Amino acid sequence: MDLVCPAGTPASLRAAVGAGAHAVYCGFADETNARNFPGLNFSRAEMAEGVAFAHAQGVKVLCAINTFPRAGQQAIWHRALADAEAAGVDAVILADLGLLDHARCHHPGLRLHLSVQAAAANADAIGLYAAAFGVRRVVLPRVLTVEEIASITREVAVETEVFVFGGLCVMAEGRCALSSWATGLSPNMNGVCSPASHVAYADTPGGQEARLGGLLIHRTPKGAPAPYPTLCKGCFTSGDQTGHLFEDPVSLDAMTLLPALKRAGVTALKIEGRQRSRAYVTEVVRAFRAAIDAVEAGRPLPAAQLQRLTEGQAATTGAYAKTWR
Amino acid sequence: MDLTIGPNAFFWPRETVRAFYRDLAAAPFARLVIGEWVCSKRLPFWDQEIPQAVETLQAAGKEVAISSLALITLPRERRQTAALFETGLPVEIADLSALRHMPNSYPFWVGPTVNVYNEGTLDWLASRGARRICLPVELPLASISVLARAGAERGVAVEVWGHGKAPLALSARCYHARLHDRAKDACLFVCGEDPHGRDVSTLEGRSFLTVNGIQTLGQAVTTVAGQIERLRSAGVSSLRLSPQPGDFPALVAAYAAAGPDLLGQVQGLLPGQLIANGFAEGQAGLALQKG
Repeated sequence: MDLVCPAGTPASLRAAVGAGAHAVYCGFADETNARNFPGLNFSRAEMAEGVAFAHAQGVKVLCAINTFPRAGQQAIWHRALADAEAAGVDAVILADLGLLDHARCHHPGLRLHLSVQAAAANADAIGLYAAAFGVRRVVLPRVLTVEEIASITREVAVETEVFVFGGLCVMAEGRCALSSWATGLSPNMNGVCSPASHVAYADTPGGQEARLGGLLIHRTPKGAPAPYPTLCKGCFTSGDQTGHLFEDPVSLDAMTLLPALKRAGVTALKIEGRQRSRAYVTEVVRAFRAAIDAVEAGRPLPAAQLQRLTEGQAATTGAYAKTWR
Repeated sequence: MDLTIGPNAFFWPRETVRAFYRDLAAAPFARLVIGEWVCSKRLPFWDQEIPQAVETLQAAGKEVAISSLALITLPRERRQTAALFETGLPVEIADLSALRHMPNSYPFWVGPTVNVYNEGTLDWLASRGARRICLPVELPLASISVLARAGAERGVAVEVWGHGKAPLALSARCYHARLHDRAKDACLFVCGEDPHGRDVSTLEGRSFLTVNGIQTLGQAVTTVAGQIERLRSAGVSSLRLSPQPGDFPALVAAYAAAGPDLLGQVQGLLPGQLIANGFAEGQAGLALQKG
């Protein structure tokens, strides 16, 4: 299995390559990718340099152009596709039907991966993207169990890539407007979710309050770690219940499932976190590369120490276990 | 600009469903989408009502399509989706994978949970035979205008979310069951207790979201009542009204008449409920722009 690692910056790309990535994924510094955060991502020149550096080490580069082009402004996304191909990337990761169609018509030599933002959650959807656009690999949404993944890989002639570590969407990705309901900015249109520009923290007698778009998302006791106010992991009230009604502030860690994912026929394992630091990337990539090497060689998994890197210090195997539902 | 009634998002007893479509048949709208949109486990409880409702509505001169689920994962759900194309009715795809089951040149509509954000996607769907497209709820007027124009050029009717709690998200997990400490497979159909979904507020008591099985909606009722003229001049073909409890035929009649104070009228028909219209203005969806 290949390890696909986040590169939010050229420095992170070099760190991931050095730590044992088989491939890195990155995007241009604009709204064409789903991690459109200030200070992140690649200029055109940096993309070409990153590709040259990675290729020299035998590592592939995948370019995410995975937001949904704005009506009337599609040229911005079309240009990103052409520039990614010119930079020599090994594949582009796309979500939008129109952009996939454009890529198939105008960049026939470019390898197409289907972004998790396309939310292809069953063999029919994947088969459709393969037949219509020649998609070669699909990043599976985080709504599937390991058994469902195994049945998909048996049924489709497309490589599968699954998330194994990092941020965890509890909603079907690419089909979620919670962030735009609260802030007007969304993953699909703007490449951001629960954007930092709309976050405010305040110390109050009741504790530290974290707000998004003016809405109170968390209140944590003084001194306790305050999680980032991501909407779906906020603390809310419904009837007589108060708590993390959608999901606790946890993140995904599926390392223990690597043998099962290999048996399920998965091609590539993805680490989330282009917004993370170089040190974080180095540590997570090194640990997962060691784990993959162990699984491939039939050895037991090494004891991992990644707990302190997970959000809110708690981890879950998410939808991969059926009990999560 | 005419009116389309969307599929009912909520889990209602079959008697309620029967009365809803019977009473609606006389209301002034052009077409309607029926079918289970949210959870395949609900369907056996009310699908016997579908043939009668379709007959009644067609007899009243309404065009009727049948909806797919918005999130299709299980083998059973894939089979159910394939069977929709045996009904002879136009199928509204709410999950793109439904297209995989579609016979050649079968008429289909596209629901608001399929991502149509630009002309390229509209073109592709049109080339596959889409007749109508209801745009995603979060699109601002600027995008709606471009897409309405593109649709008109290609013979595809472009519709926007006109009224109803906005469909914001879908999950593999059932939040209704989770609120009752149950797993999705042992939900005991608890979503049936909340005919307009279960409201979720912030810790300060501000209304925010509504949980409806695996679906999350905005709690405030989204309405374009204050934006009708701009949508009309943008070339929007139809407004989608989403079923809700209460006097729904009166709401339909209000939108059909589209009088000068439609926003106030809609608010009057929804006592105790918040309304919102931020999405069309390019703002937070829960915002309300007056006048």
